[in-house]
Amino acid sequence: MTTVSGGPPHPGPWQPARVTGIRRETPTAKTFTLTLPQPRSFWAGQYFVVRLTAPDGYRAQRSYSIASAPSDSAEVDLTVEILPGGEVSGFLNEAVEVGDVLDVRGPIGGDFAWDLRPALGLAGGSGIVPLMSMLRHARKLGQPGLFRLVVSVRSPEELYYAAEIQGPDASIVFTRAVPDGHVRPPGRLMARELAAALDGDRDVYVCGSTAFCDAATQLAAAAGVPVERIRVERFGFSG
Amino acid sequence: MALTRGFTGRSRGARDSRLPPGQYDAGTNWPVLHVEPTPSIDTATWSFEIDGLVDKPVRWSWDEIHALPASRYEGAIHCVTTWSKFGMRFDGVSVDTLLDVAGVGDDAAFALARSHTGYTTNFPLEDLTGGKAWVVWDIDGAPLASIHGGPARLLVPHLYFWKSAKWVSGLTLFAEDQRGFWEQRGYHYRGDPWLEQRYQGD
Repeated sequence: MTTVSGGPPHPGPWQPARVTGIRRETPTAKTFTLTLPQPRSFWAGQYFVVRLTAPDGYRAQRSYSIASAPSDSAEVDLTVEILPGGEVSGFLNEAVEVGDVLDVRGPIGGDFAWDLRPALGLAGGSGIVPLMSMLRHARKLGQPGLFRLVVSVRSPEELYYAAEIQGPDASIVFTRAVPDGHVRPPGRLMARELAAALDGDRDVYVCGSTAFCDAATQLAAAAGVPVERIRVERFGFSG
Repeated sequence: MALTRGFTGRSRGARDSRLPPGQYDAGTNWPVLHVEPTPSIDTATWSFEIDGLVDKPVRWSWDEIHALPASRYEGAIHCVTTWSKFGMRFDGVSVDTLLDVAGVGDDAAFALARSHTGYTTNFPLEDLTGGKAWVVWDIDGAPLASIHGGPARLLVPHLYFWKSAKWVSGLTLFAEDQRGFWEQRGYHYRGDPWLEQRYQGD
């Protein structure tokens, strides 16, 4: 079994990161590949802070989860959802181009960082981002059973990483509209679906809106997962 | 300081002087950020305790703490994730009142607050005294919801809001600083929003 020692890495100093790739995930979200001057090791589930600076010194900064798997490279992917009125998320999605430089600091975050113990991720909508880092990490390690992902989205148009996510270690719950040929009717995540995904002794990582997190946490607890083994990260309008 | 190409910011010339650097006004929203499941705590079994370097450890039940002199905070709160909220009104009891009952020991200089969930956060004692800190249970005249730390949370509004421990269960006084949950995970020991003390080294 793969293990890690110590805790998740602490943030280094602010760094000017170059945007070396931009990929659209959905109409309201893009993934930015940042190349750091100094590579920073991180754990899946951690995040970076992005800071914007205006000519008059005004600054705005927001936190964005890492989507890519931990690696030794200087590249890190952040997926950013445009939030209504989001000063930073709007600027990143609408104005930033490949070649731009952004001040970033990270990795940050401890308790939601994945320690490589067998785990199940429950993602609601854009809450998939840190859990995708975990899924990618498990696959990269050649241990796809180490992390299982259940993602709940309203419709196929809102699913991030759609082409990559398919696999025996991932399942998708569409709550409002399903793709053609999809067998499962639209509807919320059900207790028996969660129980099937648990398949044994796993920590549970929940990420999404407050409503999703509360519902998913209750399902996991009802399925017998001890509360202290459920970690929750709420995504909201912080950006 | 490196400029961000094309970025001018949303609010030119109209920056609210009540906002600490790097913060924005969340308006009527109250974002929720914690990493543990929201607990359900029964006020019938709730307690708050002060121990450590005190003259005598004291434990209050829900009814006992409500019998202490009431104290109110009206003003702003500032979260390290960059939102601030203005015009908050919290009711509860001043930490000064609680410490007076327990009696602060001569060597006490730091405090570690703890929650019913196991969360902790640390303070120099002077950040909890002098009318700067409360244990609160009402927001705008209504019981504080569990998602916001109810039935009672610590309120230390002059510091970033991770210091205002949700579901607070007690304070322990020490002669030396003990790092809390986020402080062990790269966040600043003190967390003054006006000095932008977000992370260690800031």
